[in-house]
Amino acid sequence: MHDHDHHDHHHDNRYTDMQARVRALETVLTQKGLIDPAAIDAIVETYETKIGPRNGAHVVAKSWVEPEFSEWLQTDATAAIASLGYTGRQGEHMRAVFNTPETHNLVVCTLCSCYPWAVLGLPPVWYKAPAYRSRAVIDPRAVLAEFGLVLPETRKIRVWDSTAELRYLVIPQRPEGTEGMDAPELAQLVSRDAMIGTALAGRPA
Amino acid sequence: MNGPHDLGGQMGLGPVAPEKDEPYFHAEWEKRALGLTLSCGIFGAWTIDESRHARENIPPVTYLSASYYEIWIRALETLLERHGFASRAEIDAGHRQLEPAIPKRVLKADMVADVLARGGPCDRSVDAEPLFEPGDRVRTKNFNPQTHTRLPRYARAKTGAIEAVQGSFVFPDDNAHGKGENPQWVYTVVFDGAEIWGEDADPSLTVSIDAWESYLERV
Repeated sequence: MHDHDHHDHHHDNRYTDMQARVRALETVLTQKGLIDPAAIDAIVETYETKIGPRNGAHVVAKSWVEPEFSEWLQTDATAAIASLGYTGRQGEHMRAVFNTPETHNLVVCTLCSCYPWAVLGLPPVWYKAPAYRSRAVIDPRAVLAEFGLVLPETRKIRVWDSTAELRYLVIPQRPEGTEGMDAPELAQLVSRDAMIGTALAGRPA
Repeated sequence: MNGPHDLGGQMGLGPVAPEKDEPYFHAEWEKRALGLTLSCGIFGAWTIDESRHARENIPPVTYLSASYYEIWIRALETLLERHGFASRAEIDAGHRQLEPAIPKRVLKADMVADVLARGGPCDRSVDAEPLFEPGDRVRTKNFNPQTHTRLPRYARAKTGAIEAVQGSFVFPDDNAHGKGENPQWVYTVVFDGAEIWGEDADPSLTVSIDAWESYLERV
């Protein structure tokens, strides 16, 4: 199958007003009976209210307080995460990668925007943008510094390029001073960025 | 293909610009673009690999300046036209002009929860045993196909170690072009930073990719 560039190079004005372009597309497909606008509403509502980084934070906090769950995450992350009800699109094949005192993990998709939707929701704009995708694999320390994260020079950095259908969740280290906290309290310390690897888990207040 | 999407190691693309308290969507049309892309994927007319390849074929100048949802919409229009569902002329006009092809399924609102929860697993069984096991040294192939591949340019002709056998999965290089799923074993292959980037590489850096078996040769 060949791809051709169907655009009119002289007048590619189709996309100067994305709101109008996408409305026209939705109108045509609705007239043809190919889509259900209410299904689009339901998809948007799902990713605005049900599937987001709180899912991943739940996974991380549980792994901090339950060694058996942590072990399950290491050996079969897909099943361990599914046991909490987090399954489905862009989370079908999960791997959990654990930060240690020696190694910090960072996840990227240099080729597109592969991201563990089932546990983190929709990816942020920067994750999909050329700056992050180009530099995370060659200069991760500079990238992390732009997020305000400066790691010791001796800390190894492992970058995971999501080139296949495995989706990676970083399990940050449990912060010091959290011994008395339960899983729901701990989950509050786990940001989206900590589970991508561009941040650490937060400190207790 | 060596397209604009294959960004690992490119320079000059600016600093990362994280946005504090970023919303999921920056405009109403982005919501519709997400829903349209997922809804049309349910037709069953193309694979995720073909849709990725459609995005890779966006001209580089456009690709690098477009937002990701714009990239999705441009590729979606290519796929809709290629498979007979809607032409660009119809979308330009903003109303139906042609009879569309018949999709295998149309996504209705009451199907959404189930469809999203099920996702689209792409692990498939293969008869053969894996050729490699953890600890094996492998070299990635050097190739430059004009077609779809998931071996990034920066990781071609590089020597690394098999770290894990991750299972067997649909082979995107074939599947993107309607040549069948042809599943293969997939391995996590880890490289030292210096093997990829040379003597100036960060000595604390390792990079891994997930590689299909046919990308790899034993060293």
